[in-house]
Amino acid sequence: MTDATSFPPGTGSGGRPTDPARRPLVVSPHLARRYARERRFRLLGLASVATAGLILLILLGSIVSKGYSAFWQYNVDLTIEFSAEELNPDGGPVDMETLRRANYLALVRDSLKREFPDAAGDRSERRKLYGLVSPNADIVLRSMVLEDPGLIGTTQTVTIKLSDDMDTFAKGYIDRNLPEGDRRVTDLEIGWFDHLNSEGRIHAAFNVDFFTQGDSREPEEAGIYGALIGSILTLMVTLLVSFPIGVMAAVYLEEFAPKNRLTDLIEVNINNLAAVPSIVFGLLGLAVFLNFFGLPRSAPLVGGLVLALMTLPTIIIASRSALKAVPPSIREAALGLGASPLQVVTHHVLPLAMPGILTGTIIGMAQALGETAPLLMIGMVAFIVDIPQSFTDPATVLPVQVYIWADSPERAFVEKTSAAIMVLLGFLVLMNAIAVLLRKRFERRW
Amino acid sequence: MTFSFGKAAAIAALGVVAMTAQAEARDQIRIVGSSTVFPFATVVAENFGKTTGFKTPVIESTGSGGGLKLFCQGVGTEHPDFTNASRRIKKSEVELCAENGVTDITEIKLGYDGIVLANSKAAETYNLSRKDIFLALAKQVPVDGKLVPNPYTKWSEINPDLPDTEIEVLGPPPTSGTRDAFVELVMREGAEQFPMLKEMGKKDFRAVSDSMREDGRFVEAGENDNLIVQKLEANPAALGIFGFSFLDQNADKVHGSIIDGSAPTFEAIADGSYPVSRSLFFYMKNAHVGVIPGMKEYVAEFTSEKAAGQEGYLTDKGLIPLPEEDLKSYRSAGENLTNLSL
Repeated sequence: MTDATSFPPGTGSGGRPTDPARRPLVVSPHLARRYARERRFRLLGLASVATAGLILLILLGSIVSKGYSAFWQYNVDLTIEFSAEELNPDGGPVDMETLRRANYLALVRDSLKREFPDAAGDRSERRKLYGLVSPNADIVLRSMVLEDPGLIGTTQTVTIKLSDDMDTFAKGYIDRNLPEGDRRVTDLEIGWFDHLNSEGRIHAAFNVDFFTQGDSREPEEAGIYGALIGSILTLMVTLLVSFPIGVMAAVYLEEFAPKNRLTDLIEVNINNLAAVPSIVFGLLGLAVFLNFFGLPRSAPLVGGLVLALMTLPTIIIASRSALKAVPPSIREAALGLGASPLQVVTHHVLPLAMPGILTGTIIGMAQALGETAPLLMIGMVAFIVDIPQSFTDPATVLPVQVYIWADSPERAFVEKTSAAIMVLLGFLVLMNAIAVLLRKRFERRW
Repeated sequence: MTFSFGKAAAIAALGVVAMTAQAEARDQIRIVGSSTVFPFATVVAENFGKTTGFKTPVIESTGSGGGLKLFCQGVGTEHPDFTNASRRIKKSEVELCAENGVTDITEIKLGYDGIVLANSKAAETYNLSRKDIFLALAKQVPVDGKLVPNPYTKWSEINPDLPDTEIEVLGPPPTSGTRDAFVELVMREGAEQFPMLKEMGKKDFRAVSDSMREDGRFVEAGENDNLIVQKLEANPAALGIFGFSFLDQNADKVHGSIIDGSAPTFEAIADGSYPVSRSLFFYMKNAHVGVIPGMKEYVAEFTSEKAAGQEGYLTDKGLIPLPEEDLKSYRSAGENLTNLSL
């Protein structure tokens, strides 16, 4: 526009009549449109980010609001009479085996009957009364007595878990104003609950068992620990198998392999493998690891191997692009200083590519952590109570636990499901944090 | 950079371990089978593990058919010891078992399960006959002596006494034992009531009675019954098909429709007056008894009075118990390893 001023008004260059006063008019509508377009683009971008954020917020909000209550449990203080007739009916010296087999549930039931003598007559009422507390209450008493046989003959106040229905009621998930037939707890049970509550004997406590026990069919007893250990064992196998193999394959393909049709074919196939549905890897695991090698069903070892197969393509692809991103000048300089090709890779290229490789690995591991479909075929989708002790013990993993609880009829499993999802997400965040830390350590600038 | 070589050595070692770890002797019972029996079997397994010195059995939910297939693969510790089924074992499955050397099987019936057609408490209770249900859900129905694609869109078109709402039913997919039982107990019974269908050959009859409509009024909602309950709560116009234990647990949200004059209650299913109920079974591989510890004890726990009896803990989980006589006879079958006879 600067040169336009050098012409007299009315005459343009090339004989075209130009009016300098009109020229900004010609440009400015364009400009305004361009600015508007840019603003729209930015707004759209912002809107996409906001939508994604909002959806995440809704998801997390619904999980947390449903699940946070699973982290505590309502208990009741009962006076338990450790009667000698019940625990050691033959008298004489206390025998550990007799103590182990004694009927501790009867102690709880006697205590409840003493508390509410009115209910003791009718059979169905009595069942309801016993149903106030967890059917696993006997375990607490047994371990108390086994630890200290001196308790026999004494009367103690013991804290016992409420049953899942009463716990759900105490947490306010059951509306007492509904007609009696429409809710799981009857007026009678609510009456007992209110009586105990008015005496201050019902109180909430942090649900330690949720983090220290395996699965159970009683929601108040069910814990996430077994699945957590299963996930850790499985992912350990996955990492130990897929990381070295994946990185070695990527290094060879990227740094050493000749570029020919065969390596092209391999590359195409690795890319295709990354898109294979995960259930296919489960079928492969069933055919190869279980039927051919005869490895045990439901074992973290097999689960880890199957997930490793699934994660391998992800790691190889990520590692290759990380290796590609290392500038050739580094390789050339190292070679020029007399390093062997192996030294170039191990001393220079791999350390520089390590942040990218770790990112790829963690993405692969996160995928493996959330996978249930391939585990279905090798028997890891199962009800397993005992905590796995080794790589060959039957085990399940966190997402499978979520699935099993989501499918259980008991109402109290709804909150357990959401709580398990929270634990799963926490585990994922922890894994990512470790990856970020490692990346920070390995990060180098050139 | 030696660390990737260290890892490589570790994986090599692991590989060797993997190859040599052959199926070793197992000291834990393995159970596969029906997802309907799963909630009951798991409670028994847990109690069994708690009260005896044996390890808690591992139970997989594979579906009745899938479970029997695994069960019949052969004898040996790599094969399961029990399979649960929400229907009786078929002749073809017994033959498959025999082919693979599984010849001695003990059958235990553990109780009954009702299948309910439920809807949200916000809507009125339906009073249906099996004929109504067939007309609402079959792909083809007889109209004026001819088979036509299902023309009904509202319940009131089928029976003027029924509410004037659109037909929308959520149900299990064909892989489910619940679907099999629903087809057998409701759809076929409903179709039987049309003389023109009854006169058809068995194959043609089944083609009509077993096909559910595919125009979006019958929705396959997956195996997760909790999900169906949630959908019913959100949509009061819809009905859902699922097992009685889910109705029992969600009595504040949904209510079961009356079918042929009988409401789905615990008592009505137990005495047989509610028409849509089926038997639940599990099968024991007798050749494994004595090899895998605790098998007989597990059956004893399952058939005990405190588990499957009239007041047993399984009834708390929604199982409809067997009459006392039957339970006793199955208990002794478990003790004596009575071989299955079809």
